[in-house]
Amino acid sequence: MNTCRDNLKLSVKNIKKTFGDTAVIEDVSLELYEIEFVSLLGLSGSGKSTVFNIISGLVMPDAGEVFIEGKNYTGKTGRVSYMYQKDLLMPWKKIIDNVAIPFLLKGQGKKQAREKVKDYFKVFGLEGFEEKYPFQLSGGMRQRAALLRTYMFSRDIMLLDEPFGGLDAITRSKMHCWLLGILENLKTSILFITHDIEEAVFLSDRIYVLSNRPARIKEEIIIDLPKPRERKIVTTENFNRIKRHILSLLDEGEEENGCI
Amino acid sequence: MKRLESTETRKKVSQAATKGVPSLFLFILLITWQVVVDQGIVQKYILPSPLDTIVTFVQILPGLKSHIIITLKEAFTGFFIAICFAVILAVLMDSIKLLKKAVYPLLVVSQTVPIIALAPLFVIWFGFGLLPKVIVVILVCFFPIVISLLDGLNSVDVDMLNMLKSMGANRLQTFRILKFPASMVNFFSGLRIAATYSIMGAVIGEWLGGEGGLGVYMLRVKHSFALDKMFAVILLIVIMSMLLFKGISLIQDLLMPWHKLLNKNIGRQ
Repeated sequence: MNTCRDNLKLSVKNIKKTFGDTAVIEDVSLELYEIEFVSLLGLSGSGKSTVFNIISGLVMPDAGEVFIEGKNYTGKTGRVSYMYQKDLLMPWKKIIDNVAIPFLLKGQGKKQAREKVKDYFKVFGLEGFEEKYPFQLSGGMRQRAALLRTYMFSRDIMLLDEPFGGLDAITRSKMHCWLLGILENLKTSILFITHDIEEAVFLSDRIYVLSNRPARIKEEIIIDLPKPRERKIVTTENFNRIKRHILSLLDEGEEENGCI
Repeated sequence: MKRLESTETRKKVSQAATKGVPSLFLFILLITWQVVVDQGIVQKYILPSPLDTIVTFVQILPGLKSHIIITLKEAFTGFFIAICFAVILAVLMDSIKLLKKAVYPLLVVSQTVPIIALAPLFVIWFGFGLLPKVIVVILVCFFPIVISLLDGLNSVDVDMLNMLKSMGANRLQTFRILKFPASMVNFFSGLRIAATYSIMGAVIGEWLGGEGGLGVYMLRVKHSFALDKMFAVILLIVIMSMLLFKGISLIQDLLMPWHKLLNKNIGRQ
C-alpha cells in the first residue's frame, strides 16, 4: 500500500474531553491519509474509544476539531462509522440484511439494499453466508460481516475499535492476514484502535502511541516494514526492534508496576 | 466413538423420561382423585370424579357452542384493544421519559386493585352487555403487555444504538430497524400471558351477570348444584386458554423464524 501524503482524509486537531471530574483526553491530534492504515495504541482505559466516539460524531469534544476531507465534522454523525469488538449484528436479521443496514438508513428498500451488498460477499470471504443468521456463524465470520457492514457505510474511512479483541489468538492472527489481504483491493483508509503491540505493528503503516489517561500522543511511529507482510515477519529483528521501542514507551513513568 | 454414541442415547432416553414426568405426575394425581371419589371417601355431589367430568364435558359441549362464541368474542375484542392500547402507551412511554416516570408507578398500583371488586361497578356503569366484560378483559390483559414491551424496548443494546446513531439514523429508523424488532421476544412473552388471562377475564366479567357466555353458564349450573357440569366448563376454559397460548407461540414462530433457530442453537451448545 502506497501512502499518498497529499491526500489527507481525516485530521483531528487538539481535541480535549473531560467527563465530570475525569480528564479523558488531554490533547490529541492525528492525521489519516488516503489508503493508509494507522493505529492508535494505548493501554486499556487510556481514552482510545472516546477519541473514536468524537471522530464519529457521537461525542462532542470540549475543545478541538475533527476535519474529514477538509470539512468540519465536529459533533456530526453520519459520515464515518466504526466497528467494535462486539459484532453488533442483529440476531433477527440475516447476514445480508445486517450488512445492508447502511443502505436502509439511506432510505432504500430492502431488495435494493440487498442488491447493493451482494457482490461484496465474495470479496470479504463471506460467500454462502448471505442467508444465514448471525448466531449460525463463528466469531471470526461474524467480525467479517461486521467489517463489511462498516465498509458499506463509509468506504473511504473506517474506524476499527479493537475489532479482533474478542477472538482467540489463532483466529485473530488469521483475521489479520485476511484483513491485509482484502485491503489490497479496497481503497480505504483505516484508523485502528488496539492495545496489542504486535497487532498494531503487523497491520499498520503508522502508529500513534497514546499516554495513560488523560490521553495525549506520546509518539508517532512510522512502520517501515515491507508490504505485503507475511506472518513470519513478526519474528524478524526489525519487527522486534519496533516492538521493544513501543514497550519502553508504554512503560515510561510506571516503573513501579513493571515486572523484573 | 461407541462410548460417545452410548452417552448420546442415554441422554436422549433421559430427556424423553424428563419430558414424561409432568404427564406421569398428572396421571397419578387423576387416578388418586378417581379412586378417592369411587371409594366414596368424598361424595360425588361434592366432588365429581375425573371420568364423570370428561363424560359430562362431551355431553354438554354441543350445547355450549353459543356460550363459547360469546366468551371468545369478549376475550378477543378485549385482548385486541388491550394490545393496541399497550403498544401505543409503551412506545410513548419509551420515547418520552417524563411520561414513563409519571405513569409507570400508577400502572403498577393499578394492578393491586382487585378486579373482582371493580367488575360489579362496571355492571352498574355499563349494564349487562358486552362492554363491561370487554373492559375487564382489557384491564387484565393490558398490564403484562405494556410491561413486557417496555422492558424489551428498554433492554436494547446501547452499543447497537450508538452504531446506528453513528450511521446517522434518525429516531424513527432506529425504532423500526432496532428497537421494535429487538423487543419482540419480550413482547410475545407478554402476549402469551395476556392471552391466557383474556379468557379468564371474560369469564369473571360474565360471572357478574349477562345474557350468555361460559361465566353465565357456570353461574347457572352452580345454582343447580351440577358440579360435574361446573368442572366440565372449567376443563373447557383450561383447554381454550392453552390453545390460545399455543396459538400465540405459533404466530411468534411464523413472525420470528430466527428465534426458534437461536433457541435450538443454544440448546445444542
